[in-house]
Amino acid sequence: MKPAPFEYRRPEILDQALEILAEYGDEAKILAGGQSLVPAMNFRLAQPSLLVDINRLDELAYIDAGDNESNDGGLHIGAMTRQRAVECSSVVAESAPLIHQAMPYVAHVQIRNRGTVGGSLAHADPAAELPAILVALDARMRAQSKAGQRWLAASDFFTGLFATALRPEEMLVGIEVPRLADRSGHAFIEFARRHGDYAVVGVAVQVTVDSSGRCHSARVVLMSVGDRPIDAQAAAAVVSGQKPSVEVIREAAAIAGSDEIDPHSDVHASSDYRRHLARVLTSRALEQAFTRAGVRVE
Amino acid sequence: MSQLVDITITINGKTHSDSVEPRLLLSDYLRHGLGLTGTHVGCEHGVCGACTVMVDGEAIRSCLLFAVQVDGCALTTVEGLAPTGDELHPLQAAFHETHGLQCGFCTPGFLMTLVPFLDHNPDPDDDEIRALLSGNLCRCTGYLKIIEAVKLAATRRREQRVKP
Amino acid sequence: METRYIGRPVRRNEDARLLRGQALFIDDVDLPGMLHVAFVRSIEAHSRIGDIDCSLARERDGVIAIYTARDLGDYCKPGPLLVPPPPIDGLVFHSRTHHPLAVDKARYVGEPIAVVVAESRYIAEDAAADIDVDIESLDPVVDLATALDPSAPRVHDDLESNLAAHVVQEKGNYEEARQNADVIIERRFVCDRGASAALENRGVIAHWDDRSQTLKVWDTTQAPIPIRNGLAAMLGLSESQVHVIAPFIGGGFGPKMMMFYPEEVLLPWISRRLGRPVKWIEDREENFVATTQERLQVHDAAIAVTRDGRVLGVRDEFLHDTGAYDPYGLTLPINSQCTVLGCYDVPNYYSEFKAVFTNKTIVTPYRGAGRPQGIFVMERLLDLAAKEIGMDRVEIRKRNLIPPDAFPHDNEIIYQDFAPLTYDSGNYAPALERAVEMIGYGEFLGKKQSESRQQGKLLGLGIVTYVEGTGIGPYEGARVRVEPSGTVTLATGMGTQGQGHFTTFAQLVAELLGVDVKDVRVVTGDTREMHWGTGTFASRGAVVAGNACHAAAQQVRKKILALASDHLEADQADLELSRGRVAIKGVPDSGISLAELAVLANPLRGAVSPGTEPGLEASSYFGPRSGTTASGVHAMIVEVDPDTFDVAIRRYVAVHDCGKVINPLILEGQIQGGVAQGIGNAFYEQLVYDDDGQLLNASFMDYLVPTASDMPDEFVIEHVETPSPLNPLGVKGAGEAGTIPVAALFAQAVEDALSEQGVEICQTPMSPSQLFELVRKAAQQKAQGGDER
Repeated sequence: MKPAPFEYRRPEILDQALEILAEYGDEAKILAGGQSLVPAMNFRLAQPSLLVDINRLDELAYIDAGDNESNDGGLHIGAMTRQRAVECSSVVAESAPLIHQAMPYVAHVQIRNRGTVGGSLAHADPAAELPAILVALDARMRAQSKAGQRWLAASDFFTGLFATALRPEEMLVGIEVPRLADRSGHAFIEFARRHGDYAVVGVAVQVTVDSSGRCHSARVVLMSVGDRPIDAQAAAAVVSGQKPSVEVIREAAAIAGSDEIDPHSDVHASSDYRRHLARVLTSRALEQAFTRAGVRVE
Repeated sequence: MSQLVDITITINGKTHSDSVEPRLLLSDYLRHGLGLTGTHVGCEHGVCGACTVMVDGEAIRSCLLFAVQVDGCALTTVEGLAPTGDELHPLQAAFHETHGLQCGFCTPGFLMTLVPFLDHNPDPDDDEIRALLSGNLCRCTGYLKIIEAVKLAATRRREQRVKP
Repeated sequence: METRYIGRPVRRNEDARLLRGQALFIDDVDLPGMLHVAFVRSIEAHSRIGDIDCSLARERDGVIAIYTARDLGDYCKPGPLLVPPPPIDGLVFHSRTHHPLAVDKARYVGEPIAVVVAESRYIAEDAAADIDVDIESLDPVVDLATALDPSAPRVHDDLESNLAAHVVQEKGNYEEARQNADVIIERRFVCDRGASAALENRGVIAHWDDRSQTLKVWDTTQAPIPIRNGLAAMLGLSESQVHVIAPFIGGGFGPKMMMFYPEEVLLPWISRRLGRPVKWIEDREENFVATTQERLQVHDAAIAVTRDGRVLGVRDEFLHDTGAYDPYGLTLPINSQCTVLGCYDVPNYYSEFKAVFTNKTIVTPYRGAGRPQGIFVMERLLDLAAKEIGMDRVEIRKRNLIPPDAFPHDNEIIYQDFAPLTYDSGNYAPALERAVEMIGYGEFLGKKQSESRQQGKLLGLGIVTYVEGTGIGPYEGARVRVEPSGTVTLATGMGTQGQGHFTTFAQLVAELLGVDVKDVRVVTGDTREMHWGTGTFASRGAVVAGNACHAAAQQVRKKILALASDHLEADQADLELSRGRVAIKGVPDSGISLAELAVLANPLRGAVSPGTEPGLEASSYFGPRSGTTASGVHAMIVEVDPDTFDVAIRRYVAVHDCGKVINPLILEGQIQGGVAQGIGNAFYEQLVYDDDGQLLNASFMDYLVPTASDMPDEFVIEHVETPSPLNPLGVKGAGEAGTIPVAALFAQAVEDALSEQGVEICQTPMSPSQLFELVRKAAQQKAQGGDER
């Protein structure tokens, strides 16, 4: 289990990295935290010919919730911010409690010490936590190339199994999470066989309620039940505009577990069991999220 | 001839300079390049935790890093825990007292995970300890005596801090 | 008897080296000029091997040599059959052992086809990937049930079928007993494959030294002496030319006992050929396919009972998956066959098994070794029978336990050690009573379970018994020597994989010689230190080697007393050994130190009486007449999530009887570790093969070894001591005990938690997904059956 040979480049600043990507495109593979890439290389499942180590790009390691270029008070996280830094950040805990709640589920502390936000997103594992969370939060991804930058909605970013909308010459450099509305509630629940394992099924929920306690908006995003994070819009539609009740939640969960997902069977779980879990976890998560938003679910 | 990269690393307080192939895993560099064989390799895909070492004070898997990546970093391996004399590091002593090791192959990885953990969290509860330890596999002990060892070491550490 | 060290929780001698990272494991061995080896392994389960094109690989910088089966010439022979079949009437056994490199056909994914030697492991892997093996795919044999169909493809073309063995053992007359039964329960039980998954993978280093004409081999083996003997024979060397060292080993659990792995046979040959040291360290990917596995059996079993819970007889027919070859003979299925009877007095027993070749990794013993399957069958049958006749599950067990006055108890069948299966001693009822108390059985069933149900929690309790045949022969040896420094050196031939031999054996010697345990330096696993022995397996270290240590120490003690008595001009009866001295009783500082005596015992000048042996040294051997039977009762309380079917173990109780306890601290560790592996077998660990014979979860990502979070919230152990009459120390083995009952226990507890759902668990392991399917099936059956009621 030794990696195949590769050429190694270690740019010191972002522009250098983008220069390399512009020149080599698909041939170059970006090494961020390496916590998914290096295992794949050790198994020789990945054999990049050129590895671009971006761990020196300190300019991409930041957590910032102040006024910034979009000037909307959203939360900005750099792609090279370590997952552990996000987990321990009080700024994140305050402005994106969903992320804060979910971070301890990402593998183990030794992995989070090294693994990065951008790496996890660009890897686009449908069983991973961060992609689902960012879709639930309506986050935007900032992709940059030598030619310039563009913003992508999280829901457009993930295009398939381990696939993203990033172009070969582009790098994910940061994300922006919009400021939470008042009366928001969140929940993250995943079922894994062991602590730190990839989710058998997981769900991230973000809701807002109006002053009368009705659901104003809801996002229900499921992990590990399709080729990318699954935004269960039909399920969300069931609760939207409604007074959250056990019945409404049950109905939404039922929908989340049926038409909207296409779960696979593998050594850990059957497709049917994943559907069942999708219902169970969606129901639990919705209830938790509404409770956090200050609504009593009855 | 394949590419070689110059690196300088401080390990257990000692500085090493070398030229390494980029694909050389840090675990292999430590073990076979420097002869620091206390760091063990159990899976080479980042699950078992046996190869855990400290890089700039934090626990990481050395099988998931290339040696070139720690150029300029300060590392601690198990050999650096109790470098001199007969005294074991308090965590090592706690493992000995509670019988927290059997074959001992996974033990260095557990120790290197636990040292920074207790720095961050001097009074961990049972759930926190178990959650932390779930990132290291042990096939011999069934973990219970390791959990005991962590509690013992944490208690002693706190008692010592309280003392004037 | 008052003891100084035996029975005390002495902390381990070996810990400091391990904790500092200074203990020598195989991959730590680094020799000048050493080369590195990687293998080309079969990527298909069943294929005919055509041309092997190594041309590209040979051109790579740093590649020294590449060998295929053809290059090995006469050396490429099938390996030995390690355990011949026991003398059982009518037994059929087809021995098919593997070659060091596959010849013509590859029979499992992972079977070695070619070997690359290079300047580094990295380059060796590069070159292995360059090698092109031309193969013709053949239909694989994967499923046990269809493997014996006449139309099934054959793993071994020269056999008429995939039948590896067929054995029938019988006690009394089951068919007659059946006629008298009130209730007969029949079920199919399936136990699936698991991996030992020691944290350290295997490794072999061989160094042929042309000048001294000797071969030195480091090997992660549980049995260095048989490896030396076998290698000497294969290579045409004398045993004294071959030196095998089993250094510190990072867990064994059985598969490191398999002899001879292809790598063990090849590395010495390569080193001799190249004249350089060669090293092969297995990686995890290889370990999942190339290291032996265990446990797949399919049992069709029946129990015949009376209304008052008396077991009249058991019938069991089972298939045993032996993988592509059967070098370990029939140890596993015979263990299963002999363990079904458990702690119970079963008057009539019919057991028939067929071992089956399949295109999967070779099967040899893994901790438990066929016994967990036997216990699973019997304990499940008792649970189902109790349910059927409306009897409490503890009560049905009590009514059938072998009474304490019935030992030795002859089960009238033959065990794996070729001796009749006779339990030497046991006292089962008190252990069961104690476990019932400790788990709070009455309170749980009377109150706790129903109360928790009202809160929406599904709690379940399990309680099962087990036996473990341990401490089998043939023999082990020990040599004890008092050094002029006053310390004691103890050598045994066994390898050690973390069981604490450096301490338990030292305790046995320290006890008799009156030295500190720390002052006994134990040497294991080095064939230069001890020529004779077999190895660490079958929970036999403490029993067989332990008694050899005891015997050798006794002899040295005699020598010490004789010499001291001469020197001190005192009667031996007035002397005592303590604190490293021989002193006049009651005057501890009197007399002479062992160090001084050791010097006196080896005079440099002057005459000694004829027949005098130098030194305070003795070797001794111990070989038991037959194995000794340990036993125990385990109980657990589980909580099942009613929606996700996740299972958490809230409380675990183990009452364990392995005879006289040498070190309770180490024993607890053995039990807890064994239980952890049992929990893995019951709930997490399943090697999943697809129809093509490909292992689908060959990594630690997907093969789920339990972690700290998966262990019980509470764990209580109690020891009962029923000494074995078969050895002077009265000890029984304990290494595998923890693992054996857990699958049966878990099934009972989870079934209990889901009793309202009407679930029946007849397979192990059982994941939440599988539980979900069972619950759904039960609900469907209930819905369909609803009309009838």
